[in-house]
Amino acid sequence: MAPAVQSSMRNALPPPSERSTVLGWLRKNLFDGWFNSALTVVALGLILALLRPLFNWTFNTARWEVIPANINLIMRGQYPPEQAIRLWVVLFLLAFVIGFAWAANTKTIRGELITLFAIPLLLMLVPFFDGGIRLNLLIIEAAGLVGYGIGRFVPEKRSNLGVWALLIYAVVMLVILRGGSGETGLWAGVPTNLWGGLLLSLLLAVFGIAISFPLGVLLALGRQSKLPAIRMVSVLYIEFIRGVPLISLLFMAQVMLQLFLPDGFPTIDRALRALAAVTLFSAAYTAENVRGGLQSIPKGQYEAADAMGLSTFQSMYFIILPQALRAVIPVLVGQFIGLFKDTSLVALVGLFDLLGIARTILGNPNWLGTHQEVYAFIGLLYWIFSYMMSYTSRRIEASLAVGTR
Amino acid sequence: MSEQSTSQHIIACKDVNKWYGEYHALRDVNLNVKPQEVVVVIGPSGSGKSTFIRCINRLEEHQSGDIIVDGIPLTHDVRNIEQIRSETGMVFQQFNLFPHLTVLENITLAPIHVRKEKKTEAEENAMSLLNRVGIPEQALKYPGQLSGGQQQRVAIARSLAMKPKIMLFDEPTSALDPEMIKEVLDVMKELALSGMTMIVVTHEMGFAKEVADRVVFMEAGSVVEVGTPEHFFENAQHERTKLFLSQIL
Ligand SMILES: Nc1ncnc2c1ncn2[C@@H]1O[C@H](COP(=O)(O)OP(=O)(O)OP(=O)(O)O)[C@@H](O)[C@H]1O
Ligand SMILES: [Mg+2]
Repeated sequence: MAPAVQSSMRNALPPPSERSTVLGWLRKNLFDGWFNSALTVVALGLILALLRPLFNWTFNTARWEVIPANINLIMRGQYPPEQAIRLWVVLFLLAFVIGFAWAANTKTIRGELITLFAIPLLLMLVPFFDGGIRLNLLIIEAAGLVGYGIGRFVPEKRSNLGVWALLIYAVVMLVILRGGSGETGLWAGVPTNLWGGLLLSLLLAVFGIAISFPLGVLLALGRQSKLPAIRMVSVLYIEFIRGVPLISLLFMAQVMLQLFLPDGFPTIDRALRALAAVTLFSAAYTAENVRGGLQSIPKGQYEAADAMGLSTFQSMYFIILPQALRAVIPVLVGQFIGLFKDTSLVALVGLFDLLGIARTILGNPNWLGTHQEVYAFIGLLYWIFSYMMSYTSRRIEASLAVGTR
Repeated sequence: MSEQSTSQHIIACKDVNKWYGEYHALRDVNLNVKPQEVVVVIGPSGSGKSTFIRCINRLEEHQSGDIIVDGIPLTHDVRNIEQIRSETGMVFQQFNLFPHLTVLENITLAPIHVRKEKKTEAEENAMSLLNRVGIPEQALKYPGQLSGGQQQRVAIARSLAMKPKIMLFDEPTSALDPEMIKEVLDVMKELALSGMTMIVVTHEMGFAKEVADRVVFMEAGSVVEVGTPEHFFENAQHERTKLFLSQIL
């Protein structure tokens, strides 16, 4: 019912006098009668008074030069500058794979796709980027378009090729970033303790989400299992993890993990340990959120699946989980945004993610007193990615809403 | 009852008992159903009608007595349960369609993944079933976009897609507005005429009179009386049956 109502509203234009003139809009919304006009004026005055110091700081006082001067650090931490080309290659491939996966999944061009393709072009406008960066952004754009072009040839029933491409990309990307065992040359090894800045923050978040999600779903199913042993392990795990703060898990992973492993076990590197902590932490919360979704599925759905002879696995996979997960998309995305922001805690165990890098920059005597600028900038970066996630979630919800229930 | 007569019954229930915790929901239920027979089960609310037919495909587990479906004894053996379920279709009061799948996907899911049919074959079969229940034009819609009567007809088509030998109906029209009841009953009548074995729990006495070969009256977990519709509606033997019929007719 809802879609029909919406579309008929979208089609009905307002009377011509009120249609799309700025003045008309102003009159209708802000200056509708003397009382509303007065309110508008007062509110405007208040906002200006509050924003003025902020404007003043942003455009006069702030020493923004700290950002361009350290942009490489912020983006990639200690990743060796002479290897920076590998980061760009990773981005080229990313654009290619996204374009490919998109076209493999849907042949329609929608607003989101255009937005996506606009990003590299918009970034080219950033004033302090040099010609080299702009060229690379152009290559990213081209790679995306090529990927999209190729993806269009993927037939409808092979649309899961897109997902495979993303999975393969995840592995290839790590290999490229890590490189070989050599000390020099184009394929020199870059140990993960040099990965930092936005690069590290994003990697922790993306892999944390991608691994904790299936783990969480399994835990949620385990918690509902008919087998007492599985149920108990799941409950114990979930309740233990939810009972401790993430920061303590991070410290445990850094300090104690090695103690539990057998003698002679190679040392697990620090970034991986942090990733493990973040992932295990997030899995417990995912499990509880997914459980909420599972409980929202009426008993009749299980019974219909049983009566038709579907196995327990088939009934979960085809009937229950798709509905349960759909019901909790907003909660899960909220949780994943939380995970992304929580990765900043790894700075406290000595990793150089966005926050860790910010602290290094501020420790440099040249940039004394630029706390506000640096933190405002990394705050902006966190906001951009968090907002992209919540925007994507709303789009997914909207596209799934068609015809359900 | 001799061995022979059991083997000519497609459903044989002997002394079936079922408890929900302390509550004795089925008491020594005996009922045999011949192939192509249509049995209507009536009785007051809470008398165990649903419990009984749900025991037949193991949506509920009975604790004592024997249930044999098409020669397969219903035991804890998962293979037997799977086989019995593949031979029985069930239609629920609340339809229980899968809201995230289209009508066509609802119908083809089990044939593809349980019967291992090819997708095209399953879809062709689904379309002919949708024709049979009178709504081929709804194939690509989602259940939420259909009326109650249409949803129930999809549910019937979905069960039929598994090519069952037996269909169980648990109050298939109770959740429907009056004007939609007829369209579902018509489909069920056509199914009965085509020779399907059916057990139908319903309050639609018109349907019982017209279509049933036998009517079963249950009360408090027991089968009180069994007979042909004529016998039942003209000269029921038991006081309880008469009282119930006088209230409902
Ligand atoms: N899962 C259950 N747990 C406990 N008691 C149950 C359960 N299901 C049914 N019962 C009880 O068993 C009895 C028989 O229930 P059943 O649903 O079979 O009745 P019914 O004849 O189908 O009634 P109605 O006409 O209302 O559908 C009722 O008293 C009911 O309360
Ligand atoms: Mg009932």
